[in-house]
Amino acid sequence: MPDPDVDVVVVGAGPAGAAAATVLARAGHSVILLERGPFAGSKNMYGGVVYPRILDQLHPQWWEDAPVQRWITRRSTMVLTDDQALTVDFRSERWGRPPFNGATAYRPDWDHWLAAKAQADGATLVCSTTATGLLREGGQVVGVTTDRPDGDLRAHVVIACDGVNSFLAKEAGMYGEVDAANYTVGVKETIALPKDVIDARFGVRGREGQDIEILGGTGGVNGGAFVYTNLDTLAVGCVLKLPKLSAQALRPEEIIDGLKRHPAIRPLVEDGEVKEYSAHVIPEAGLSMMPQMTGDGMLVAGDAAAMCLAAGIWLEGVNFAMASGMYAGEAAVEALAAGDASAAGLAGYERRLRDTFVLRDHRKLRRAPELVLSDRVQHLYPEMIANTVERMFRVDNPAPKPGLRRIFSDERRRAGVTLRDLARDALDGLRSFG
Amino acid sequence: MSTSAEAAHEHWPPQSFEDLIGTTRFDVHERAHITVDDTVCRGCPSRECIVACPAKLFVPTSDGGILFNYEQCFECGTCYLVCNREGAITWSYPEGGHGVVFKRS
Ligand SMILES: Cc1cc2nc3c(=O)[nH]c(=O)nc-3n(C[C@H](O)[C@H](O)[C@H](O)COP(=O)(O)OP(=O)(O)OC[C@H]3O[C@@H](n4cnc5c(N)ncnc54)[C@H](O)[C@@H]3O)c2cc1C
Ligand code: SF4
Ligand code: SF4
Repeated sequence: MPDPDVDVVVVGAGPAGAAAATVLARAGHSVILLERGPFAGSKNMYGGVVYPRILDQLHPQWWEDAPVQRWITRRSTMVLTDDQALTVDFRSERWGRPPFNGATAYRPDWDHWLAAKAQADGATLVCSTTATGLLREGGQVVGVTTDRPDGDLRAHVVIACDGVNSFLAKEAGMYGEVDAANYTVGVKETIALPKDVIDARFGVRGREGQDIEILGGTGGVNGGAFVYTNLDTLAVGCVLKLPKLSAQALRPEEIIDGLKRHPAIRPLVEDGEVKEYSAHVIPEAGLSMMPQMTGDGMLVAGDAAAMCLAAGIWLEGVNFAMASGMYAGEAAVEALAAGDASAAGLAGYERRLRDTFVLRDHRKLRRAPELVLSDRVQHLYPEMIANTVERMFRVDNPAPKPGLRRIFSDERRRAGVTLRDLARDALDGLRSFG
Repeated sequence: MSTSAEAAHEHWPPQSFEDLIGTTRFDVHERAHITVDDTVCRGCPSRECIVACPAKLFVPTSDGGILFNYEQCFECGTCYLVCNREGAITWSYPEGGHGVVFKRS
């Protein structure tokens, strides 16, 4: 085999790729971080909240220079029907000071920052270059082809961090049949408003911010919605289950428009000016859709391996990407030290995933994506819950107040939910979230 | 709807789709990274792409075909995921450095 150009090629300078490249460069290996966009982060969009705790290991005191918009000190979960809203609102001052919890950030800023850290540690970032395929010898992956003239890159290990569509993992035969039902598409508007207006509308100050996760508000399409505060913009969008979306004949931008006009959302977003419209696909099904992650000469990390955790009240992908990228980097360091880049030599990767939150959370929440996107949770429960609360607080004098149990059983029947289904979903919910 | 709600509505007119997608930057390359074989689309019962593509790039023609333009594309992958007709969509990323450029997403 001809000498490789570098020890490792990492494809994709998203959070997974930047973390992998950092670990490898620090261990003294030559590593190229390939990115098809003109800069790291230019192709990437998400809802808008990162949970960077795992960075304590990679970049201690990361908050001192991270490109954060606002620190999430107010986290709300909202259930919307056509004209009702029920919100559970949690605030914590603690989340607004070190070591922090979640933060809003723009991905073009965040990913650029994280990739620059990999560069500072010695990784070579090559932008505006698309990996077009794998180089293989026998069964072993020995590099990638790119769209640059003479652009073949040979390496001992290729780490595919190329995101949800991962054509590299597909080419390597690591995915089975691709099923659209495992994916959602996220669309969002970045809407500008003066900072003081955002502060007043969301009841926050300084760098504090609010995260609102919404069940309902998606025009009857299974999915969810969100409103997040940046410094002087809002991120307003929704996540839509693909096969259901096309069945509904409502287009994504029409669904966002409906959300913005909802009586509970409109006062928050009104008069804002759209600065950017964006869309991206999410691997939604978690554990049940994960591909093979280790091959001879190859590892797959982040969304490329479906590691995004999409479990209703949680939508976390960036932290799972950073962690899995970090573990892929560590496993590659081990393999290089042992001179064995076969799947067996790279086995430390999956061991790390299994022993940490990456696969533990996924295993614990394996039923959650299906439950949260199920027709009952999506179409029956929001009305049932909102109507129950409405009747609880409605004063029907001269009629006396009905008992909560009575109201709930009325509303359950009215929504057409059987006790059996309710019990089953509650049990599933408990198993997942409990 | 009440008149006050209607009045408020006027202060906040719906945005045209062209204006909406006009907020996003695209550095278009001359090569089409996605192509659609209109002959395969004819007779497609679902035509899921028309509703699902967030960039509204699949336009139905009166004779049952599809008019497709790759230029303002998010490179998201929704279209090839929802389309279940072999050969209708040929999908790849644009040349490195081209295509959509997000700044505040
Ligand atoms: C609408 C939406 C909302 C979300 N909300 C949140 C949230 O609030 N919080 C959260 O934590 N997560 C959220 N996520 C999930 C999160 O965005 C992803 O899980 C995360 O971005 C995965 O990181 P990654 O590095 O694996 O992949 P990506 O971020 O997708 O990075 C992949 C990189 O590879 C590059 N690339 C791809 N193919 C090639 C190639 N062939 N050659 C060269 N480069 C290539 C891409 O340009 C890109 O830079 C959301 C996702 C969406 C779509
Ligand atoms: S692209 Fe696919 S889904 Fe769209 S009309 Fe053609 S065959 Fe049907
Ligand atoms: S990749 Fe996304 S934006 Fe581009 S044509 Fe397909 S569905 Fe539309």
